[in-house]
Amino acid sequence: MFNRDRWREIFETMGKNKLRTFLSGFTVALGIFIFIILFGLGNGLKNTFQEFFLDDASNAIFLYPGRTSMPYKGFKANRRIEFKNEDLEDIRQNFAMLTEFVTPRISRSALTRYKNESNTYTTRAVAPGHQMVEKTILMKGRYINERDIKEKTKNAVIGRLVVKDLFKTEDPLGKYINVGSTAFKVVGVFQDDGGDREERYIYIPFTTRQLLEKSNDKVDQIIVTFPKELGHTGAIALETSLKKYFKDKKSIDPRDPNGIYFQNLTDDLKQSQQFAVVLQLIVSFVGLGTLIAGIIGISNIMVFVVKERTKELGIRKALGATPKSVIQMILQESVLITAISGYVGLFLGIVVLKNIGLKLEEYFIKDPYIDLGTALTATLVLILFGAIAGYIPAKRASSIKPIVALRDE
Amino acid sequence: MIQIKNLHKSYKMGSSSLHVLKGINFNVEEGELVAIMGSSGSGKSTLLNILGMLDSADDGEYILDQVPIKDLNETKAAKYRNKFLGFVFQSFNLINYKSALENVSLPLYYQRIPRKERQQLALEYLEKVGLKDWATHLPSELSGGQKQRVAIARALASRPKVLLADEPTGALDSKTSYEVMDLIQKINEEGKTILVVTHERDIAHMCKRIVQLKDGVIIEDKKVDQVLASAHV
Repeated sequence: MFNRDRWREIFETMGKNKLRTFLSGFTVALGIFIFIILFGLGNGLKNTFQEFFLDDASNAIFLYPGRTSMPYKGFKANRRIEFKNEDLEDIRQNFAMLTEFVTPRISRSALTRYKNESNTYTTRAVAPGHQMVEKTILMKGRYINERDIKEKTKNAVIGRLVVKDLFKTEDPLGKYINVGSTAFKVVGVFQDDGGDREERYIYIPFTTRQLLEKSNDKVDQIIVTFPKELGHTGAIALETSLKKYFKDKKSIDPRDPNGIYFQNLTDDLKQSQQFAVVLQLIVSFVGLGTLIAGIIGISNIMVFVVKERTKELGIRKALGATPKSVIQMILQESVLITAISGYVGLFLGIVVLKNIGLKLEEYFIKDPYIDLGTALTATLVLILFGAIAGYIPAKRASSIKPIVALRDE
Repeated sequence: MIQIKNLHKSYKMGSSSLHVLKGINFNVEEGELVAIMGSSGSGKSTLLNILGMLDSADDGEYILDQVPIKDLNETKAAKYRNKFLGFVFQSFNLINYKSALENVSLPLYYQRIPRKERQQLALEYLEKVGLKDWATHLPSELSGGQKQRVAIARALASRPKVLLADEPTGALDSKTSYEVMDLIQKINEEGKTILVVTHERDIAHMCKRIVQLKDGVIIEDKKVDQVLASAHV
């Protein structure tokens, strides 16, 4: 393997048969190049899909209060159900092991002003855990924290587009905005992958909202997130036990479909994941197809190369080359060519992928990429098959009697 | 140098088999220059191929330089070929992408002789056949006679015990043929054992002994007065 003389012999052979070397190398480089481009574009498609459908946390259950439709335990039908702060606390205590964050969400719309600019935005009064639910990304400052909740501070976290609308280029941190008739201090700016609408929200502590609304303790919605390890089945089970718990607590007939509504994002997630799996399958199929085409290409070339060299191999054998040395020579040459050209194809593919990446967003392909592991594996597979494809004809050529190989045509 | 006893060889041709060699017996002493003659189909090339370990006999004994040659696997045959034998073919069989020097040094490569030494030796043998100045030329840039001389240099480079030449002049005009035979005679004069397969009478008479083959048996084996090729050049 590391015999310098043998390598020199191989390099000489390659150098003097440039067309042959180039053709086999080109096949491999092209195979890897196309594999990387197609696989990368497939991944780009997957990215777009994920951006569309998987923006929010998928491990969340939403609870909405409604009106009962059945009489129960002495209560009439059509009774209005309300959530209160104590409900949040009850979930935290009774479902401690099954939940990660419990946050209320109280949405109100209000005219918001800064200096001469004003616009109507939706404010969401929330707890710190809400950041995980929406996957809110902070650009500046901080999110609502526990101290805000406890002290009912008038702090607000505003969306990127709110800043753009009201502040223009001014730094909003520490400035005061009027939400309705109350002044809030801006403590943070966020962005959200969910689109423009999501970036026009204003987040405030839910306790502050309750204080502004005559110190009540009402909560519009409750959002519960659970550990991802729970899985789909666990999430359904959690939803069922939450349902049972609240129907019991709020005295709602267990058979009543109304009263409290549940929305479990894990259902959406399952569908999205199935779609993602299908996409992944398509991407893998395309990749595999390309790879197989590459393997067939290099196999053909190797068969041709060995055929072309039959006479030369016969001469070498007559001069004392052992069958082993003949096979070794062909294999070493083929592995060397596929390795180098595979690497070239890999490099070119990644460079091209990087450069076309930004131009394809309108075709639903975002950030096409290929992880190096997949790319290297594909290259190695091609090298391996190139070697196998070379080995079979090389083996046959090495066992041909030199007299047959040397026979004059 | 070579002892052959009762050598048989047949080829399968579909259902029937063709008996090519029907019990060959002959010996070659060191330093002999033997011509093996016969018309096509007489078995002379088959005999040479068996002598050259390019083919194996069905039956009989073959001893080369006191080494019995039998039951050879490919690897062993390759090693013996490299150690004992030098080949000269009718169609030269030079590797077309290698220069004259590289062609000559190829058997030395398979003897694992270091590169520098290999090239030095190859150059010496090229000089011996008068082609030192053509060392860097490719076979396609050489004439037929020059190609055969390169092939002879290559056959000699591994310092074999026996030189086997299969119709060495078959592809050459008569003037070039005599030049090549002159070279072969000179090498023989230096003590090398040489076997030449030919069907040309004048070439055969430039050897010291003629073995006549017909239908797989030796019909005549006689010493002759050698005609010097240099007289014709």
